Amino acid sequence: MSIAPDHDTRVRPAATREEDYLWTLNFGPQHPATHTTLRLVLKLEGERVVDAMPEMGYLHSGFEKIGEHLTFNQYVTVTDRMNYISPMANNVAWHHAVETLLGIDLTPRCKVIRTIIAELARISDHLLCNGAVGLDTGAFTFFLYGFYQREVIYDIFETLCGARFTNSYTRVGGVSQDFTPLVIEKIRTFLRTFPKTLDDMERLLTRNRIFVDRTKGVGVLTKEEAINGGATGPVARASGVTRDLRKDEPYLAYADYDFQICCAAAGDCYARYLVRMQEMRESLKILNQAIENLPAGEVNVGVDQRVARPTKQQVYSTIEGTISHFELSMSNRSFEVPYEESYAAIEAPNGELGFYIVGDGDDTAYRARCRPPSVLHFSLFPQLIRGHTLSDVVAVLGSLNIIAAELDR
Amino acid sequence: MTTDQPSTADILDTLVARFPGLETSAYRGQTRIVVGEPASLEVLSFLAAAGFDLLVDVTCVDYLEYRGATRRYGLVYLLASTVTPRRLTVRVFVDDPEPTVRSVVGVWRSADWLEREVWDMFGIHFIGHPDLRRLMMPEQFTAHPLRKDYPLQGRGERHNFPVLTREDG
Repeated sequence: MSIAPDHDTRVRPAATREEDYLWTLNFGPQHPATHTTLRLVLKLEGERVVDAMPEMGYLHSGFEKIGEHLTFNQYVTVTDRMNYISPMANNVAWHHAVETLLGIDLTPRCKVIRTIIAELARISDHLLCNGAVGLDTGAFTFFLYGFYQREVIYDIFETLCGARFTNSYTRVGGVSQDFTPLVIEKIRTFLRTFPKTLDDMERLLTRNRIFVDRTKGVGVLTKEEAINGGATGPVARASGVTRDLRKDEPYLAYADYDFQICCAAAGDCYARYLVRMQEMRESLKILNQAIENLPAGEVNVGVDQRVARPTKQQVYSTIEGTISHFELSMSNRSFEVPYEESYAAIEAPNGELGFYIVGDGDDTAYRARCRPPSVLHFSLFPQLIRGHTLSDVVAVLGSLNIIAAELDR
Repeated sequence: MTTDQPSTADILDTLVARFPGLETSAYRGQTRIVVGEPASLEVLSFLAAAGFDLLVDVTCVDYLEYRGATRRYGLVYLLASTVTPRRLTVRVFVDDPEPTVRSVVGVWRSADWLEREVWDMFGIHFIGHPDLRRLMMPEQFTAHPLRKDYPLQGRGERHNFPVLTREDG
């Protein structure tokens, strides 16, 4: 069987071209195994995928256009809806970029709190991603183990900010709510109980013959292809790229913690699964160090900086608090935004999630570009699936963790 | 992480010596260079060979309503390295009526979809792109919605599209 389509077409007459025997299959945009709304046009020879044409845009909602019309604090609600598997990480990424543009330095407590929620988001994202890979390759129990623990993280977020799914937790210069003792207690309980589930999950799947056969050697991405194709995050690290923004460009409080970057060399679906499993363990390490060394003090930046809303205590008892609260509520006297532009990115669960923001003196962005990791991973899909079977499509798709809402924005 | 790589400052020095007339600036520790459109592909290929092996993003800003802006579209190439932690922003400015720039798909494959998105959203034509189709908007869409003269609401909404019935579907 020939995978390269060209070489025969020139010599044979059109009617007997090899391509005429190929079967075209529309996979999606509505299909349970795509998990989200995306479409693949597959060219099949029997069960073997000769070529794939990914298509996106079914969920395009103009998030970047909306970003030019909502203020920096309002837009965080839209970032929730980008990668809805880990909205907290998107919140952190958006306000990290805004604060880079405005030049705001966060309080130590806020940095650690944002680190904690970003790592919890990473764990919940990896649980769902690996769970879905398991689900698509026939391991339903594994998925339920993972989803149960996601529920625990949802509960933590609900206690923290009232919302389970679309958290909108961060604000310019701080967060919407400080950690309460109950939140800290719930996180500690999670850190105590989760490693056992993680051990169970590894025992269920890591050496499971069916799962290993379905994923090992499937969808191989070489290191060169990964770099050239712009892959980041676990997808790139599973191919041997040792890039992790938490180590390379330490933001928030990551420089203070002891953890390792998880890499693999194989670059196949199994390697991506292993990297994600190991990253959850490293996230647990970070969380343990962070929650036990949570700095005391204010969580939001001070009233003098006029970016974060003052507490009610400050509003009612100090003149600075009253003025600051009043001015932040007025649409014409909000933040001082420079006529400048900057890019800032975080290591989101899926890869490098960054925002390129152009400021124009107003408290809405002139341009709010989101750099979504999924787009570049999805564009790699055809070269990963060529030559594999139709049933491998879901394994490759799942291991890339394509989230259509983030893809299309 | 290896440290025997040339520093970003060294690369920039070599670049400026080779391509005179480049403007460099910095904001919040991020170095930016502005490249004229004719030399953009050469400069970006040079940077790719000099150690910026990762093209993080290609995007665009429409400066139609921006204070003091003289050129309309500013393309943004965000470069990074997978070997040493460093970044560089390359800006290329183009104008109406036919904003065109040469494609960098031959240098970084990741530019493929990113350039398609810029074409879709801003209508910048990338010369030499192998497959310059719209990425997100439907094929029959005629406008470029992230341009500043495209309104937030009204145009291009659902009721403007032809309704496909079961009979002619």
